[in-house]
Amino acid sequence: QGSKLEIPLWLAKGLHDSKRRIISVELPKIYKEAWRTVFSADANVVDLHKMGPYYYGFGSQLLNFDNPENPEIAQTILQTFISRFRRIMDSSQNAYDEDTSVLVARLDELERALFRAGQKGLNDFQCWEKGQASQITASSLVQNYGKRKFTDMDG
Amino acid sequence: RGSSSRSEAKSGRTDLIFLIRFRHCCLLRNQRCILAYLYDRLLRIRALRWEYGSVLPNTIQFHMSAEEVEWFNRYKKSLATYMRSVGGEEGLDLTQDIKPPKSLYIEVRCLRDYGEFEIDDGTTVLLKKNSQHFLPRWKCEQLIRQGVLEHILS
Repeated sequence: QGSKLEIPLWLAKGLHDSKRRIISVELPKIYKEAWRTVFSADANVVDLHKMGPYYYGFGSQLLNFDNPENPEIAQTILQTFISRFRRIMDSSQNAYDEDTSVLVARLDELERALFRAGQKGLNDFQCWEKGQASQITASSLVQNYGKRKFTDMDG
Repeated sequence: RGSSSRSEAKSGRTDLIFLIRFRHCCLLRNQRCILAYLYDRLLRIRALRWEYGSVLPNTIQFHMSAEEVEWFNRYKKSLATYMRSVGGEEGLDLTQDIKPPKSLYIEVRCLRDYGEFEIDDGTTVLLKKNSQHFLPRWKCEQLIRQGVLEHILS
């Protein structure tokens, strides 16, 4: 009783019970007041990848534990996303055929997935413009297995 | 054992609840991980039907469990039944023309030795590595997806 431990989120969620009070959860520093002011000042400067690559997902899960600061946390997460999204969308649509590692380095995983989706849209469009949209391609699954020799192909 | 644990349960009630909950959490977590893995496999197997064809190469089947093979067969059947029911008398092969076709015939290059290949009018073509051919699109589509042929744009 009274000891402090680090446990994974899934375990904390399973053990948490507002009626029985088995555990209480301490917020990671990035969701606390000090950092929240940084986010509200300018969310675009923060390296969200370094600060815990699942800022949005993990933050949303944190709201499961009855913390009095939950409304502020939720607001901060939402506002952070809103202010960063515009830049992500713009850069994903304008970086064609170049090294995007600098752009992506400071994004958390959710933002990276969005960036990749934007890039895919851009690449597909360029492919269509070049007239390659009708080109049949080998299945990507096959290319992975291509190293092995197929002994009998019944097609 | 029953009576002693019952009295234990009454005195150290909170402790036991904690332990039971902890163990239950771990079991559920393991179950979720396993299900996620199996489900991901299933999604890939389903994708194989669309991207590769209705007959899986032995190297892939070798790595599938019996249940997965059966799932694939049932999915195949389901899909075939559905495709037969759309598009009039002959049905509609939805797995063809995944990319919008521009012409009836296409230029292809052979990526590896495949052997003889018969086209609709009865003639056969010898698919040897690096040979190029001008063939009907619908006959080649599957072979291109399987990596035997390469579609060349003019």
